Amino acid sequence: MLKIWSMKQKQQQAENAQPGKKKKVTAAQLRVQKDLSELSLGSTMRTEFPNPDDILNFTLTIEPDEGMYKGGRFHFSFAINQNFPHDPPKVKCTQKIYHPNIDMEGNICLNILREDWKPVLNLNAVIVGLQFLFLEPNASDPLNKEAAEDLKTNREGFKRNVRSSMGGGSVKGQTFERVLK
Amino acid sequence: MDMDGASVNGSPAGMDRKRWTYLDRILNRPGPFTDEEWVPGEPNIESLERMKILGAGGLGCEILKNLALSGFKDIHVIDMDTIDVSNLNRQFLFRQADVGRPKAEVAAQFVEKRVRGVKITPFCGKIQDKDEDYYMQFGMVICGLDSIEARRWINATLVGMVDNDDADTLKPLIDGGTEGFKGQARVILPTMTSCIECQLDMHAPRAAVPLCTLATIPRQPQHCIEWAHIIAWEEERKGNDTLDTDDPEHITWLYQKALARANEFNIPGVTYSMTQGVVKNIIPAIASTNAIVAAACCNEAFKIVTSTNPPLGFPGTNNYMMYTGDDSVYTYTFEHSKKDDCPVCGNLAKNLEVDPNTTLEDFIASLAEKPEAQLKKPTLRTEEKSLYYQSPPSLEEQTRPNLKKKLSELVSDGEQIAVSDPAFQITFKFKLVFKK
Ligand SMILES: [Zn+2]
Repeated sequence: MLKIWSMKQKQQQAENAQPGKKKKVTAAQLRVQKDLSELSLGSTMRTEFPNPDDILNFTLTIEPDEGMYKGGRFHFSFAINQNFPHDPPKVKCTQKIYHPNIDMEGNICLNILREDWKPVLNLNAVIVGLQFLFLEPNASDPLNKEAAEDLKTNREGFKRNVRSSMGGGSVKGQTFERVLK
Repeated sequence: MDMDGASVNGSPAGMDRKRWTYLDRILNRPGPFTDEEWVPGEPNIESLERMKILGAGGLGCEILKNLALSGFKDIHVIDMDTIDVSNLNRQFLFRQADVGRPKAEVAAQFVEKRVRGVKITPFCGKIQDKDEDYYMQFGMVICGLDSIEARRWINATLVGMVDNDDADTLKPLIDGGTEGFKGQARVILPTMTSCIECQLDMHAPRAAVPLCTLATIPRQPQHCIEWAHIIAWEEERKGNDTLDTDDPEHITWLYQKALARANEFNIPGVTYSMTQGVVKNIIPAIASTNAIVAAACCNEAFKIVTSTNPPLGFPGTNNYMMYTGDDSVYTYTFEHSKKDDCPVCGNLAKNLEVDPNTTLEDFIASLAEKPEAQLKKPTLRTEEKSLYYQSPPSLEEQTRPNLKKKLSELVSDGEQIAVSDPAFQITFKFKLVFKK
């Protein structure tokens, strides 16, 4: 044991770090802070922090400027726990929308939010993935089975259904939230 | 045979020493790896007996037994669990009659009874219930925790406690972990060598099944359980209850949902205990893996305290032993390097003297002038507050009013701030000390 300390003293530099009783910025906060500084939101996305002191919980708004969902305004909640980046952020769509990869509860089927998440991925990768879901809804990973079937079998009809759902209309007996700007 | 026993100079109780005959062969004789200055005999026994050591978490039974039989005399144990009937097959300190009692307490009583002269102090609770003052009393921490979160917590706590002016604040951390047939033992000298946060990439992320598989084409009983857990609960119960994986009513509900879904898809095999296992992410514990990993950990503790052999973990040497028993038995030992940009140990907080009446704006400007930092676009926070964020725009706007505030309104004397800047990979940490 004595030997360890003499090694430590050799290793130690002039600087003087002392332990404090005060709370220290957590590893998850440090990482999120870094991720936020690297976020590229462009003109189609923005964030909102209900409590600016809490950077682990925020909402992301996406307003696609092309594709079938153009003209809509979509909100996502981000909840990050203290085990980030080991755990992925929990992301949900807070509106009820008609989309093959998003269910009525707002669960999202996006590989990097679950099975393909790795700590080297950052929040930017997640928002790029979300943006992509609106440009290229994916019928082969369905979370809303009817919508996926619809997209697969009748693309034009699916487009019409997306438009009417975005206007707050009903599709196949389900009423959706109005998300048009 | 007597030769070894006789060479214990002035051992407190000669007769009692008989139990330790084999241990004494190591403690009383130099070996090929002992240091030239190493003194055999009594000092080593004393080091062992004086060392106050803490054992935490799931490998408890093994670690406690090993430490007691290695000659440690002052052992503390933390465990939050109570004994379940399913523990009895491998957690050999527990009996049928102990089911329902706290593990820490029962294990302590059992080992105290079996190994004379050892004092075991149990605490039934979470490691997070205790603060730095508590951890400061130990010479060493040895843990077999079952979650990464708990490991990261104890790691950050021990790194944060190191005071460069006080040798007693450096507590070697020995960490053991198992997952089925795989395991690892590693030694961390906080602030000196690679820490658990540096080694985060060694933990495989938990395997997950795509959400759409769960929602549309479940193939295995586990898929039905995950579906009940993630989708059905949220749909039907979220508003009223938060899922508590220790609440039998909640597990029963999930079990029944999963079973109904499994029947619908003709999938056999959903059981209550499988539901519990999937929901709590339990990987079956293998008794032999636990025994091997716990033994490796306690062996390291013994070597560090007695200097009888080179332990894992000294700077520049191997600090990580991984074990695989999947097919045959394989171990590999290597040095995991310290990461310069490790958020926990890579950049320890430096003291920075500031005038509490300076505005945040002026303080930020001063950071840009500091030769070692030259932070041009810094983002700053404390544990509690976002001080100023350069981006995203909404957060910039929300934190902008802070720029005009005095430091004394935003932080307290001695509080830590984290400063990041797009120009730097690492986040700087400063402890702000107010000028008197
Ligand atoms: Zn580290």
